[in-house]
Amino acid sequence: MSTVSAPRRNSPTSRGDAAASVSGLTKTFGRTRALDGLDLIVAEGEVHGFLGPNGAGKTTTIRVLLGLLRADFGEVRLLGGDPWRDAVALHRRLAYVPGDVSLWPKLTGGEIIDVYARLRGDLDPVRRDALLERFELDPTKKARTYSKGNRQKVGLVAALTSRAELLLLDEPTSGLDPLMESVFQECIREVKAEGRTVLLSSHILAEVEALCDRVSIIRAGRTVESGTLTELRHLTRTSIDVETVRAPEGLAALPGVHDLRVDDHRARFDVDSDRLDHVVRLLADFGIRSLTSRPPTLEELFLRHYGDETAALEGS
Amino acid sequence: MTELTGTVTLTRLVLRRDRVRILLWLLAVPVLVLVTAASIKGLYPTQHDLDVAAEASRGNAAAIAFNGPPLALDTMGGEVAFQVGTLGLVVVALMSVFMTGRNTRGEEEAGRGDALRALPVGRHANATATLLVVTGMNVAVGAAVALGLIAMDLPARGSLVFGTAFCLLGLLFAGFTLVAAQISENTRVVHGGTGAVLGAAFVLRAVGDIGDGTLSWFSPIGLVQKSRPFAGERWWPLLLAAVGAAAAVAVAHALSDRRDVGAGLVAPRPGPPRAAPGLGRPLGLAVRLQRGSLIGWGSAVFLTGLAYGWVAADVEDFIGDNDTMADILARYGATDLTDSYLAQSLLLVALIGTGFAVQSALRPLGEEGALRAEPLLATPVSRARWMASHLAVALAGSVVVLALAGLGAGIAYGSTGGGWSQIPRLTGAALAYAPALWLLAGLATALFGLVPRATAAAWAVLAACAVIGLLGEVLGLPSWVRDLSPFEHVPHLPAGDPTVAAPLLLALLAALLTAAGVAGFRRRDVG
Repeated sequence: MSTVSAPRRNSPTSRGDAAASVSGLTKTFGRTRALDGLDLIVAEGEVHGFLGPNGAGKTTTIRVLLGLLRADFGEVRLLGGDPWRDAVALHRRLAYVPGDVSLWPKLTGGEIIDVYARLRGDLDPVRRDALLERFELDPTKKARTYSKGNRQKVGLVAALTSRAELLLLDEPTSGLDPLMESVFQECIREVKAEGRTVLLSSHILAEVEALCDRVSIIRAGRTVESGTLTELRHLTRTSIDVETVRAPEGLAALPGVHDLRVDDHRARFDVDSDRLDHVVRLLADFGIRSLTSRPPTLEELFLRHYGDETAALEGS
Repeated sequence: MTELTGTVTLTRLVLRRDRVRILLWLLAVPVLVLVTAASIKGLYPTQHDLDVAAEASRGNAAAIAFNGPPLALDTMGGEVAFQVGTLGLVVVALMSVFMTGRNTRGEEEAGRGDALRALPVGRHANATATLLVVTGMNVAVGAAVALGLIAMDLPARGSLVFGTAFCLLGLLFAGFTLVAAQISENTRVVHGGTGAVLGAAFVLRAVGDIGDGTLSWFSPIGLVQKSRPFAGERWWPLLLAAVGAAAAVAVAHALSDRRDVGAGLVAPRPGPPRAAPGLGRPLGLAVRLQRGSLIGWGSAVFLTGLAYGWVAADVEDFIGDNDTMADILARYGATDLTDSYLAQSLLLVALIGTGFAVQSALRPLGEEGALRAEPLLATPVSRARWMASHLAVALAGSVVVLALAGLGAGIAYGSTGGGWSQIPRLTGAALAYAPALWLLAGLATALFGLVPRATAAAWAVLAACAVIGLLGEVLGLPSWVRDLSPFEHVPHLPAGDPTVAAPLLLALLAALLTAAGVAGFRRRDVG
């Protein structure tokens, strides 16, 4: 059983080279508390996954980091500055992609990409054209005619042409097809290889697993877990439904097996991902007839790990 | 009739979604008409008063150009129809345009059309539901106007014809809007195009009414006024209007069968793959985004100025040796009839031009609402600079719009006998309204920065200024109420005396409001 405790920070809190650091951030809208003492450290040069279900406060946090919202309480530092006070200076050093890219309907995609790049002051036509090709985006179309995925590509190309030291990406791949998702992942790896920093908000676990060095998971405006991906893998469990020739025995004694239900020749249970190998080996001895495995959804992870905490929060 | 499946449910949806809006329109139009009627009764208590007023109006081309055909002005009904008929008809047409546009193309453009059509809902159900609601509103407005006037002891037959004219003009414009909604995929273009038809209808009947009335037949407003309420009523022009409305709906129906959901009839063309150099600066972007709106408003006021200027030369002839009119003019301190007409014309075009000023100053609100402000403010563009870019367009654009209005009036009047010196003279006279436009733009900016939820108040203030400017005298509003409108403090050139103090004060107030708006926006959350 992996230990789950209050926000675990094995990150460089004291180091001065955090690209973004947030502590105790609180933000309310009327009577709704969107952020409730959130902590987040994004180290320089890392790809940091920012995970959480819908409405957890990911977008609100990013908008505070952009200086679009003013924090009620808590300390927020971005690239060594105050995101509210130093917004303009900081924005020269970052690029941003919103989760729902909204474009001027009468301008073309190409015009919009140029507008953003020029406003940032870092238009690089060669990079731009290369990205247009990689994302297979037609820059001559009026934004009105783009599909959701193509609008998202405009936002991505506009941000990725920049050489900004920090990329703030808020669910940037919503609406992208799998092919474009892989192009996106390639691009992020290149950004990382150049030593730049990425904060990637997402609720697609696969994307986060493929790209991120460290991850912060938030729920209801609070950080509930923060750590490296290896640590996160401890939290990841796979659901197994197996039917064997002989009734399986000894599963309950294996470390990493949870919620086991054995019904004659059939067993259903969840297993920690790093224990999967052991478990499958044991099962093989009983003669596997059929086996289905399913990785848990992020929501299941939350429910499993934080159900108690949520219940306690709601009770109080 | 599977094409209409779901119409009833959608009708209830429109009623629910727009209930406040519907209620406000249904109150505003009858109140405007009935309050004016009541104040006319107070203004002209005896037949003698009516006769004097009638004599004055008959000889006044300006009054006819703004109010409509002078019919049976020596009766209470005729006077009511003259004073508030045309304005009321314009308002009821606007009601139909906005209600129809937002519920048809507006919904489609917002992407809600697809989700709706994926339900077991007929192809024409939404348009039909919208038409049902708009028809209901027009019938209600017409009935309220007719019954209200009957309750004020005006002749029943005339009141009914008057109310029916309101209802049918509204239906005509609902039909026009529905046609426009099939052609363009942009709601703003739908509203602008139908608004241009309304403007043309207003100007066409102005020119027609001053002349022999023939041209008025070609204007929808003129057409319904040919029913002559309170002046020997006839129903058949109203029948023509009803046929016209039905024909427009039939055309829209046929067009909508020929297009895809979300698309217009005009296919979008590819554009430049690269941005022009100017677009890379906030000001260049703001100019590009507001260009279409500036061209639209600019042409509208230029053409209106042209039409009113064209009539100006006839004003002197029109009065002839009408002594009563000269008396009235003397009472108001005006010495030159043509100049007072031109001043009234410029007030009207300035009020129209203020529509641009308010819309343009509220553009940042639209950008914020459409989530486009957020990524832009995530670039190294400060909030103040972003707002300043749109404000520059609003303030300079106001000057451009006014200059075009004055230029139109000057060219038309100059070429029909006023002499070419009228061009700089009237352009200058129109520009005198700039501080008033800036003040309204400043008010809109202050609302955007400080209380973004209440920005609609800027439009309400513009509507109030229009009522004060166009109906202030007829309504007998106390002078302190009229003084609330900035348009009352602008020298009404070319008739009045040029003053500097009041416009300067207006400009100063505009600057203060604008500064407060920018300061407010820098402090508040975005989005």
